[in-house]
Amino acid sequence: MNLHEYQAKELFREAGMAVNPGEVAGNPEQARALAERFGGSAVIKAQVHSGGRGKAGGVKLAHSPEEAARHASGILGMEINGLVVGEVLVCPIEDIATEAYVGVLVDRDGQCPVFMVSAEGGVDIEEVAATNPEAIHRMRIDPRYGLLPHQAYGLAARLYDDPGLVRQAARITQQLYEVFVGNGASMAEINPLISTVQGRVLAIDAKMSIDDNELFRRPAVAALRDAGSEASADTQARSAGLSFVKLDGNVGCCVNGAGLAMATMDLVKYYGGEPANFLDIGGSSNPDKVVAALEIITSDPEVKVILFNIFGGITRCDDVARGIVEAVDRIGIEVPLVIRLTGTNEELARNILAEAGLTAVATMDEVVEQAVRLAR
Amino acid sequence: MSIFVDGTNRVVVQGITGRDGSFHTRQMMAYGTRVVAGVTPGKGGRGFEGPDGTVVPVYDTVADAVAETAADASVVYVPPAFAASAIMEAADAGVAFIVCVTEGIPVLDMVRAHALARDRGSRVLGPNCPGIICPGKTTMGIIPGRMVTPGPVGLISRSGTLTYEAVYHLTRGGLGQTTCVGIGGDPLIGTSFVDCLAAFAEDPDTEAVVMIGEIGGTAEQEAAAWVSANLDVPVVGFIAGRTAPPGKRMGHAGAIISGSAGTAAEKTRAFEENGIRVARRPVEIAGLVAESLR
Repeated sequence: MNLHEYQAKELFREAGMAVNPGEVAGNPEQARALAERFGGSAVIKAQVHSGGRGKAGGVKLAHSPEEAARHASGILGMEINGLVVGEVLVCPIEDIATEAYVGVLVDRDGQCPVFMVSAEGGVDIEEVAATNPEAIHRMRIDPRYGLLPHQAYGLAARLYDDPGLVRQAARITQQLYEVFVGNGASMAEINPLISTVQGRVLAIDAKMSIDDNELFRRPAVAALRDAGSEASADTQARSAGLSFVKLDGNVGCCVNGAGLAMATMDLVKYYGGEPANFLDIGGSSNPDKVVAALEIITSDPEVKVILFNIFGGITRCDDVARGIVEAVDRIGIEVPLVIRLTGTNEELARNILAEAGLTAVATMDEVVEQAVRLAR
Repeated sequence: MSIFVDGTNRVVVQGITGRDGSFHTRQMMAYGTRVVAGVTPGKGGRGFEGPDGTVVPVYDTVADAVAETAADASVVYVPPAFAASAIMEAADAGVAFIVCVTEGIPVLDMVRAHALARDRGSRVLGPNCPGIICPGKTTMGIIPGRMVTPGPVGLISRSGTLTYEAVYHLTRGGLGQTTCVGIGGDPLIGTSFVDCLAAFAEDPDTEAVVMIGEIGGTAEQEAAAWVSANLDVPVVGFIAGRTAPPGKRMGHAGAIISGSAGTAAEKTRAFEENGIRVARRPVEIAGLVAESLR
């Protein structure tokens, strides 16, 4: 789950981090008032779950309250990478001397958190990573000890020469690690971390992603979810425990297991069709999950056919079959269903389907070919 | 032969009384796996009845189970909130091989669990994996036993159900398996492609290897490089997720650490550059293996 900049900054502030001030505005009038409070000039930043906000025109400098209102009205409602901006963050303009980068995420290879820092922060950090990788310093953190003080100092010393700046940056790095671990994040990033002309080090941007698997035990973090920023199908899928991604095609897909679900989408394309979605009903499914999955898929008017590809392991085919039958009864499905069921309790499943007048094929290629044909 | 496990392992099931744990314990016992103990905190002293009426003793802790039954391998079917701690408990009790089926464990929990398992010298398979099956000998996890058959192919996969798909076609094509290993779909897993490849390289009965990868991370590239440097038997690959849309990414950290390496195109290229033939559809895997064995 991604947090907005202002939400991440709030978590940073709670950890005592030096973060620039700022408040959220939902309309131009609020933006004007905030700019006035910040002394007339302000930076207006789109709050949207997407990178490249600046390059998309979602970050603007205003030199008067009127300009702040004008920029806010331009940015609010703007679409960035398909996401509509509903709020802007209004912050005072800082006197920036340098821009650095500090990020921490879980490293797959090292199986531990890894810090990445660079004195060359700012909007082009990915280009720096690609063209001048030596400019980015990495440090793996032993989870048993966490980020030790000398390590935080060592990271900060990669960013600044001045001992005063290094000390401030070391504190911020330490606080970032605490926020990262303390909120079950998978990624936390400050870009840029600035030093001001006056000699202060400040986080003026913040990005954080929370590990979805952490949310069950962190209600305060879970409450930060911006339900308005996602489609209702996504909300519905999440509450049913389904992994769902909407796509542009017309072949609805309901599969167990992410790998098989992706392979099914690949096969739909292979046979000349277009998948309408990625949907993994997960392991250990109960019939209710299948009903929820069908409700979500059928709510997409583009869907011309629904294909089930179930290879039972921990998922029992009979559970899925019961869910299909129940869903057909309960919500009435108007598009054709094509079903493939193999594996655990397959015979039981076939009997359940047969009683309801449904049949299942045995292979993935058969069911996908059938679905693609019916979608034409 | 088989890798990591053979028919002699003495298996303890963590979460044996749960819905999934009890169902799959019976399946494992029916296949011939020596399940010697179960663990469910608070249910110690009970018995768990296997498919043929055998009663497996249930203990409160893994340490008790190991002390009483000399269990040396474990399968974890514990809910996500407690699974990492179950893995650590098994490693602390000296269990050498731990299969964790559970999906949805917080990643930072697994950072700790993997670190502890490494310290104790335990091998973790998974989490979020279907387990391991040595056809005709033993199974640990949830891979349906009836779709495998003994033979010369070793199989390694990140995905559960896609593993079944591939094995199903191998078996139908008359290509049996030495061992099928599901290494798990999580970002942090205890046993990698390379660990499995190294084990297959030592197994004289494995004459070909199938590697099933998917988008994300760089494990397939590392495996491909290892194959070309170290492995003498032919390898056939498959990568799921060619058509997956790029996720809506936040922040730069992910891109800085792995660039575009996680895409299906990059992985397929790494496979092919290292002499691994890549199937376009799961159904083609068996055919490519048959050709490579000729």
